Parts: sequence; structure tokens; C-alpha cells
Amino acid sequence: MEPRVPIRLGVNGRQREMAVPARRLLSDALREELHLTGTHVGCEHGVCGACTVLIDGTPARACLTFAVQVEGREVTTVEALAEGGDLHPLQRALGEEHGLQCGFCTPGILMTFAAYLRDHPDPTEDEVRDVLSGNLCRCTGYQSIVAAVLKAAHALRMKAVG
Amino acid sequence: MKPAPFTYHRPETLDDALALLAEHGADASPLAGGQSLVPMLNMRLAQPAHIVDLNGLTELGGVVITDGWLEIGALIRHHQLAHDPVIRAAQPLLAHAAGTIAHYAIRQRGTLGGSLVQADPAGQLPLIARLTDAEVVIRGPRGERRMPVRAFLVFAMEVALEEGELVTAVSFPLLKPGTRWGFELFSRRRGDYALASVATTLTLTNGKIGELRLAIGAAASLPQRLTGLERSARGGVPDAAWIAETARAAAAAAEVEDSPQAPAAFRRELVEVLTHRALTAALTPEPA
Repeated sequence: MEPRVPIRLGVNGRQREMAVPARRLLSDALREELHLTGTHVGCEHGVCGACTVLIDGTPARACLTFAVQVEGREVTTVEALAEGGDLHPLQRALGEEHGLQCGFCTPGILMTFAAYLRDHPDPTEDEVRDVLSGNLCRCTGYQSIVAAVLKAAHALRMKAVG
Repeated sequence: MKPAPFTYHRPETLDDALALLAEHGADASPLAGGQSLVPMLNMRLAQPAHIVDLNGLTELGGVVITDGWLEIGALIRHHQLAHDPVIRAAQPLLAHAAGTIAHYAIRQRGTLGGSLVQADPAGQLPLIARLTDAEVVIRGPRGERRMPVRAFLVFAMEVALEEGELVTAVSFPLLKPGTRWGFELFSRRRGDYALASVATTLTLTNGKIGELRLAIGAAASLPQRLTGLERSARGGVPDAAWIAETARAAAAAAEVEDSPQAPAAFRRELVEVLTHRALTAALTPEPA
């Protein structure tokens, strides 16, 4: 039996404890130990971006992070984006702009831009495309995702103004 | 794709990390940002019995300017290289190049030390380190040593690091006042490994080329300095004809690899075009 390492971490604002083999990827720990299946697992070598989550507010590939590494840290997943029944402006804009079809890549895109727009509230289209280059989407051709991100950025700026 | 089992260590001091590496020898692998190592673990191309996680070593996170050198801790992330005001002021070329590495999420995790040790031929940071004659600061069982990047980079993915040693920092000479720079790369998709990249610094003396440095990345197994071209450039008048001629000469002088994805002739063309662009950028007066 492979030894398990006990860890404590914050996930979406809640303290969680689990015991995992050292080699357990954060993506698998979120899905299998905590049943947070919103974090999708695509390529498992850091290329596709589907598993992107926030670690202490910073986007990271969950498939390139071991769960034991986030001991004591705060992990934010796509499940935390909607508040109550209200979708996050990014989620709403992706729907309105047809920025997703199969939805597999969507959680990674949402988490990447949730952090990026927090730090860069008024990006240019080129900047959005540069950041989006880290997330592969095989359905949309990206055009509609770019439009959605720009729309969400505008909505978030309006919200900040009140 | 899941890694093979390993024992995980998270030392809190550099001395503890070195002790763990000494204890486990070739069975141990240091883990920094993990953006290259963890894919190799996931694909089981690497199966170390022990992982020594360096991310808790605050000693490796400094940015210090001393005696003409900018010393940057090995754990500094690419994103910080690109945005840290001290680094941007002292080494704008390094900051700019770091901002072009891979993707946004990858840049938040990947580290300067990890990139140098990885020694990918297409890596931006080995190229800039080679161009600027940076030195690698190494700690190991026999204490600390410094090594020029030129000697540190042995071959593609191979560096002159002994067993049990860690890169703790990379030291970049400060640019001479008035130094201009350019950096260009070509990749098939944004964020992919480059098929060719060019970095240059130059100074002007009375409107003529003073010191030119020119380095080519991704074209062969190591970043290359075109030293012959650098020497013959001194005193040149940097007009459009000089830029075009220098770019042609760079393409002729560079060692380029031939592969089905990027035939040698294609890479030479890339070197010429990128050199042209990098020199043009370096010679364009900054907006007042």
C-alpha cells in the first residue's frame, strides 16, 4: 500500500483535509478526493490549460502541481465563481457570446481570466489573445471567447464603478 | 498519465535541501516551478524515488544589485522577471524576453533557475544569459561556486551541474549606460517553443556601432553568440543597409539544425528576418 501524506488546505474558502499519495496531482485530488469535478483534466502535461485553478489567487496548472505542494495554501476552482445563483460576469458573457460549445476547456479559461481580469481590468484584444493562447479550445475558433472576455471585462469595470 | 510513486520532501532551508540531495544522490530530483519536470514525471520519462521541493526556500527568492551585477534568485518566476521594477530597470531585455515565455499560467510557476538547468535550446532565459555573459551561482556539497553560462550550458538539456548541486541564483552584468536592445522570436503558435530567436544589445559611439552582441537561440542545440560578426560590426554605420547586411551575415554564420518541422534553409531565413527586426528595434529611438 502506497503511503499517504495528510494535508490541509483551503478550497473555495473552506478548510479541507485529506490523505493522498505524494504523487497525487492536484487535479486528481480535487476531482477524486473532494468531488469537485468542475476542474477538467485534458492533456495532463500542462499544454491544454483545462485544469487551470488558482493557487493563492494565481493561475496554475493543477496537473503540474502535486496536492502535497498546496498544504496550507488556498485553492480556488470554477465551483467558486458563481455567487449564489448569479453567474460570474465571465460565465454569463461566455454564454451570451457563444464562447463555448462542448464546455471542456471552459473551466480553465474561466479561472485564467478570473485572475487576469482582476489584475488587468482593461485589456486590449491582443492581450486577451496572448493570455488565451494558454488554453486550447477545439470548438469555437476562439473568436467568440475573445469577444466574451472583452465583454466580461467591461461588465466587471462597470460593476467596480457601481 | 500519472507519475510513478516517490517520496516527497519539502525542506525549508537551502542547507536542508542540499543535505537531502546528498543523502539520496541520483535517486533525488529537485522540483522548482515544475512546468518541465512534472510533465516528464507524468509521462514517466523521469521516475525519481525522491522529490525535493524547493518552493519553500525563501533564500532563493532575492533580487539584488551589487557591484555591477543584478543577482536574481533561482526561484524567481518568469512573471516576476517580466514585471519586477528593479529587473525591468536594470535588465529590460531580460524582462521583455521572460514575458514571452510559454503562457500566462505557466509564467506564474516556471522559474529562472529551472529554465537554466532545463537548458532547452529554445529557452528564452538561457539565450539572454548567454548574450549578456551571465554567471550561474551554484551551491553544493563543496560550497558555493560561480560559473559563466557559456560553460554551464553543455548541450541541449545538459548543464555542468554535479550531483547534489543546486543553482541558487543567476547573476547578470548590468547593461552599460546607453545600451540598446532587441529580442525577436518565431513560433508557429503563440507560446510554443520558438523555431528561432534572436537577442541583441548594442551601444553607439558618435553614431557608429560601439559594442554589438548578437545571440541566436532555438536554431541549434545551444544558444550561440556570433562573435566574429560582433567584432567586425564595430565602427559600422547603423543604417538600413548595415542592418540588412548584418542580418544576412548572421543567417550565414549561424549554426542551424535541419528537421522535418523546420528545415535548415527555413531556419536561416528566420534568423535573417529576426535579426533584421531585432537590430531595427534596438536602433529605433525610444519615444521621448
